[in-house]
Amino acid sequence: MADKPKPNDLLSEINYTPPSRKWMDTPVEWKKGYYCYGAKPKNLDYIGFPNGREWNVTEQDWKLVDNWKEIFLEGMENLLKKFRSFRLFMDICVRCGACADKCHFFIGTGDPKNMPVLRAELLRSIYRRYFTIAGKLGRIAGARDLTEDVFKELWYYFYQCTECRRCSVFCPYGIDTAEITMMGRELINLLGCCTDWISGPLANCYRTGNHLGLQPHTIKSNFEYMLDDLEEHTGVRVEPTFNRKGAEILFVTPSADFFAEPGVFTCMGYLLLFHQLGLDYTWSTYASEGGNFGFFTSNEMMKRLNSKIYAEAKRLGVKWILGGECGHMWRVLHQYMDTMNGPADFLEEPVSPFTGTKFENAKSTKMVHITEFTADLIRHGKLKLDPKRNDNHTVTFHDSCNTSRGMGIFEEPRYILNSVCNHFHEMPDNTIREQTFCCGSGSGLNAGEIEELRMLGGYPRANAVKYVKEKHGVNMLSCICAIDRAVLPPLIDYWVSDVGVCGVHELLGNALIMDGEKERENDLRGEPLPGMEDKGEEE
Amino acid sequence: MGMIFSLVAVIVLVAIAFMGAKQNLLGLFGVAIPYLAVLVFIAGFIRKVIKWGQSPVPFHIPTTCGQQKSLPWIKHSSLDNPSTTLGVVGRMALEVLLFRSLFRNLKTDMSDGRAVYGSNKWLWLGSIAFHVTFVVVFIRHLRFFMEPVPTWVNAIDAADGFLQVGVPHLLITGVVLLAAATYLLLRRIFNAQVKYISLPADYFPLFLIIGIAVSGILMRYFIKVDIIKVKELTMGLATFHTTVPDGIGVIFFVHLFLISVFFAYFPFSKLMHLGGVFLSPTRNLANNSRAVRHVNPWNPKVKLHTYEEYEDEFREVMKSEGIPVEKES
Amino acid sequence: MKISLLLSEKKHEIAKTWFDLIAGTYPQDTANFLKTQKNRFGNPVGYTISEGIDVILAELSGEMDVARVSRHLDNIIRIRAIQDFTPSQAVGFIFLLKQVIRKELADEIREHQLCDELLKIESHIDQLANVSFDMYMACREKMYKLRANELRNRTSRILKMSNMFKETDVEEKDPAGF
Repeated sequence: MADKPKPNDLLSEINYTPPSRKWMDTPVEWKKGYYCYGAKPKNLDYIGFPNGREWNVTEQDWKLVDNWKEIFLEGMENLLKKFRSFRLFMDICVRCGACADKCHFFIGTGDPKNMPVLRAELLRSIYRRYFTIAGKLGRIAGARDLTEDVFKELWYYFYQCTECRRCSVFCPYGIDTAEITMMGRELINLLGCCTDWISGPLANCYRTGNHLGLQPHTIKSNFEYMLDDLEEHTGVRVEPTFNRKGAEILFVTPSADFFAEPGVFTCMGYLLLFHQLGLDYTWSTYASEGGNFGFFTSNEMMKRLNSKIYAEAKRLGVKWILGGECGHMWRVLHQYMDTMNGPADFLEEPVSPFTGTKFENAKSTKMVHITEFTADLIRHGKLKLDPKRNDNHTVTFHDSCNTSRGMGIFEEPRYILNSVCNHFHEMPDNTIREQTFCCGSGSGLNAGEIEELRMLGGYPRANAVKYVKEKHGVNMLSCICAIDRAVLPPLIDYWVSDVGVCGVHELLGNALIMDGEKERENDLRGEPLPGMEDKGEEE
Repeated sequence: MGMIFSLVAVIVLVAIAFMGAKQNLLGLFGVAIPYLAVLVFIAGFIRKVIKWGQSPVPFHIPTTCGQQKSLPWIKHSSLDNPSTTLGVVGRMALEVLLFRSLFRNLKTDMSDGRAVYGSNKWLWLGSIAFHVTFVVVFIRHLRFFMEPVPTWVNAIDAADGFLQVGVPHLLITGVVLLAAATYLLLRRIFNAQVKYISLPADYFPLFLIIGIAVSGILMRYFIKVDIIKVKELTMGLATFHTTVPDGIGVIFFVHLFLISVFFAYFPFSKLMHLGGVFLSPTRNLANNSRAVRHVNPWNPKVKLHTYEEYEDEFREVMKSEGIPVEKES
Repeated sequence: MKISLLLSEKKHEIAKTWFDLIAGTYPQDTANFLKTQKNRFGNPVGYTISEGIDVILAELSGEMDVARVSRHLDNIIRIRAIQDFTPSQAVGFIFLLKQVIRKELADEIREHQLCDELLKIESHIDQLANVSFDMYMACREKMYKLRANELRNRTSRILKMSNMFKETDVEEKDPAGF
């Protein structure tokens, strides 16, 4: 859209209705705030990705290599041979339209190319043209040539998909746009066209083990800082260990929980829980990232980053691995890790040291989700909880896409929430559980430069939050995902306001009665607990 | 444009059959083309399925639509998020027989005083009516290719004519099939969203099926053909003793030709969802990837950043913070 | 006031025409979607607009409860402020109501000589437009603030720490990441 109005704009009526065109004839409109910046060559070079270069998304010339088309088509053929999902999903869509209005980006932006079926058709049209017999007929068979403009269109829309899989729930053949977007992004990465926001964390994570590039000493001093806060709030000094050999359990969580608000408060919840239990566990600075931006790039990069978790578990000689609250991290751990980097025969089948519960569902991967672990503890009465401490919160729960549609974790966090707080209300049925709406920023789309897109993509979610705020007075949105914790606050702030965002274990941390704790006046954020509002002021 | 193109294509096909029959090219239209079509269908179908089969399923990616099986006291959703093969069979059965995923849209929300997603309920109803009647009509036609006609085929035939109106008895499935196909077509034309995404390849099979249904209904109730002779021809096809009796009636050859086109077109089109739905890895895998290791046959060897390299880079700062190291220097 | 009566009598027609005009400010394929889906959660944009204009119309022809109108106006502006419209496009939809009223009530206005009352209603509409500009600006400012906050929150602990321990090598880290 032009910055300055043109004379014609002034003269013409405001309500323009452009003529309806076929989607293949509609060029991409590069809307400001809807696209990410391109990857810098140094990050791509560091991880050994091809075709890194200085380039700018908004410029006409993307400086693609001369044989980019060959690379793209060869890559596509390769992926078709490697992934049944890809070949099948290219072939069997009947365009029934059941998925069309299920995508949060379509609902929010109204851009028809954000209908999952059409997002897939962008690539399917190429598939037909170059890989099917009928496609030789060209446009009448729904096929089109691969041109630079087409490539840019793919790029634009594959970075407007958060791989949330909501469409896949409603598709009669289970066609999963996440899968198609992943393939699209693999191809994009062959040409060095990753986004800056994804390639930065990739390079950092590869080198230092976490997205921000925190080095071991920084991680540790960061923790010290957190532990000071905890001591102040609870009177208990928690002493976690790092890279300790011989611990029973390795704990891995997204690194954002170390330093981002409100993620740190969730991290404090973990620390308190483990301390109170006396859990024999260790953190790792080498495997200091649960998140995996490789998942948003290519299956090989995902494997490279993910390998650190098993490698570290093996080196430290732990028995099994516990994983913190995160969405896409868990999709990778649950559906990919064992396949990519297993078998983890050097670990033992996970057993809770406190309840004796065998986590049968994790007996091969040997990695347990923290909400499974904690729900089991509460069920067995191993934790003393005072839910009244969360009485100032009326809580609802946002199901994260990946743990919902890539795992099916629904009851565990709800069980914990209902044990640690007294006021809990669900959002409407078609916005939770397997039908949950994405935060709008998953799959590496939490970049600052696409705030507008994210606000619109998250609008369906925010809208449901607003509904429960108005109906039940909800003022706290809990979740089990680090990206959610980072992006929901601004989203809610813009659309709803006055609803906080927290991890489930932050609320647990508030409610958890610790041995030797002082009278708790503050919650983990340092704000007065209900009934303690005056105390702070008196002192 | 796509719609007009497809409509014209089907009309041309009808015209071809009409002309062919008029020109007495009965051997071609009654024997050669049907054989060829079935051959193409079988070969094409197998080729496609083999092609799908050749691509492995590298990762275990079911879309989970219910509570996972985790702790014993948490009620697990065994059909929407199956953890066993039996559960997967159940999920697939619901999907294939009842269109579970489309049915999901039935979940209406009355919060603002009206039933929503209503149109999607119609999509489910339309689709299931279409597919079920299609199957019944297909089975009914087996009586043309079997002698004696098995009792179960006769039973289905009798059940289909339960209304007992008209001579011959009105078969309800034919009518419903036509109605459902027409609904699916009208939906493509009048629902703006669906119209936008529709390709010629979406209209063409619908017109073709409508053409087949209309010619079939015409033949049975209105422009009658000599049914004995038809059966003589079809039995000839079935037993490879081909014969083309005279005086069957042009409409039969139109019907047969459209069916032949349908068969020949099938393997190269979206109609292959018939086979594909069974292979969809988001539906046909149990959600047990943490309990049972899934193997990727092409699991790539990749370059890793090992702990040793990491420690070499950060050893000094690690030591200074008291973080244990493997090597002192 | 006679014209208020007319407004409330014809509110369905007026709301529909106005909604269609607003939908017309979007690309056609988007407009179609906005018009066809009416569910609060399935089509929040369409729902918000249509709920908003119902309220605005009701208040224009009634008590003119400023707080209520503002709330709903704000809901609509909040959406349009981030949809890549120019400021005038984003709030211009208010003026479309003038068009609609003049057209829908043309005969009645002429017949009953309601020009004075029409002008009064139109000044109300102008007022709404004024308020809308404020709201639009507030939304844009909010967006800038959110962007800054977000950046800060994502590294809040690092920032705080780097202030506490000056020696921490924050600048060594690649800010591209989180």
